Amino acid sequence: MSGFDKVVTSYADAMAGLKDGDTIIAGGFGLCGIPEGLIAEIKRMGTTDLTVVSNNCGVDDFGLGVLLQDKQIKKIIASYVGENALFEKQMLDGELEVELTPQGTLAEKMRAGGAGIPAFYTATGYGTPVAEGKEVKEFDGRPYILEESVTGEFAIVKAWKADRYGNLVFRHTAMNFNPMAATAGKITVAEVEEIVEPGELEPSQIHTPGIYVNRVIKGTFEKRIERVTTRKA
Amino acid sequence: MSLNREQIAQRVAKELADGYYVNLGIGIPTLVANYVPKGIEVMLQSENGLLGMGPYPTEDELDADMINAGKETVTAAKGAAIFNSADSFAMIRGGHVDLTVLGAFEVDQHGNIASWMIPKKLIKGMGGAMDLVAGAKNIIVTMTHASKHGDSKLLEECSLPLTGVNCVKKIVTDLAVLEVKDGAFHLLERAPGVSVDEIISKTAGKLIVEGDVPEMSFD
Repeated sequence: MSGFDKVVTSYADAMAGLKDGDTIIAGGFGLCGIPEGLIAEIKRMGTTDLTVVSNNCGVDDFGLGVLLQDKQIKKIIASYVGENALFEKQMLDGELEVELTPQGTLAEKMRAGGAGIPAFYTATGYGTPVAEGKEVKEFDGRPYILEESVTGEFAIVKAWKADRYGNLVFRHTAMNFNPMAATAGKITVAEVEEIVEPGELEPSQIHTPGIYVNRVIKGTFEKRIERVTTRKA
Repeated sequence: MSLNREQIAQRVAKELADGYYVNLGIGIPTLVANYVPKGIEVMLQSENGLLGMGPYPTEDELDADMINAGKETVTAAKGAAIFNSADSFAMIRGGHVDLTVLGAFEVDQHGNIASWMIPKKLIKGMGGAMDLVAGAKNIIVTMTHASKHGDSKLLEECSLPLTGVNCVKKIVTDLAVLEVKDGAFHLLERAPGVSVDEIISKTAGKLIVEGDVPEMSFD
């Protein structure tokens, strides 16, 4: 690596430095737009006591769900975890700590974390179990709760294209949480479908500027679909 | 006769107005898209980051990178926009979405809604529901009026963990259309052939019935 060239060629290099007890911020919505190879590498490394911040936790045998098989995750902060039997078992057995967080609040926690804002007020969750133990303040007569932002030792994201400088472009709804996650890691790793030379991406069309990205690796993706729904042609 | 799922969706669709941005939840709310009245245009928002959701793709169009918030494969409608999750919830939380339609386990006379958790039974998470009920200008709930065992879902006070407080404006059930205001349910319409007495008997919360309650019309 030299200068602004962020490209690494092995998954070991991509995830180098990850250690037990780290917090990982992960992009993806369900199985859409997830860094498949980076997750597989974390499984291979066997890192444990991880805190994972992600909208979902994959399914039993794909996505972040594979990190449950060897109990690598200590705590997960997510909005919806309903697709995963192993998850439910570990949660009910008390082996997995779960902090269910409203989806918009979760996105904003990542965005704020990456933007240097430690906390923010939101009306979301006021009067519900989510508000328990949180400060309440009224603005214009409406109550809001104080939510703290998140950052992690690592962020792992999936993009469509990157240039060598780490500028990222996402494809369709595989964008989802990835741009916010990318800002919230001390070390942000992007696994992408295609790497191009600097200058090949149109500057005004870049979704995530390279300043947020530390490592880029070209991956191969299964792109599993959770619910195939089609209409007749 | 109580309404079936399609008829509930059909009745909700009459609440749509031209130019509305609408978020439809999973289940009956999703069906509302099939009954948009002729002559009006609405744009569907899917909270994973799509404004202008189109129909399901054909086999040839299938694309793993194009899904909706229910994780179903979809297409983008003409004039659609795709954006990240923070932007998506900025629209929702910021009050830019005109109408949210979602299902619920219970609603109470104060407009509180419980829709995401049954302790010890169903703990999957709230997804975007809490943000949607906190942010949308108008919220319509669709559900059956009573459970299979006959227990009312329109209560004085919700018994399950809440999704949001003082937010539900209107409810369309298999028996009735009701407005929620001033700490009570107000009966606006009844399903064809359903008596006011039946609705009264299946509403546990405070119900206000004024004058002749018209039957719903489906045109």
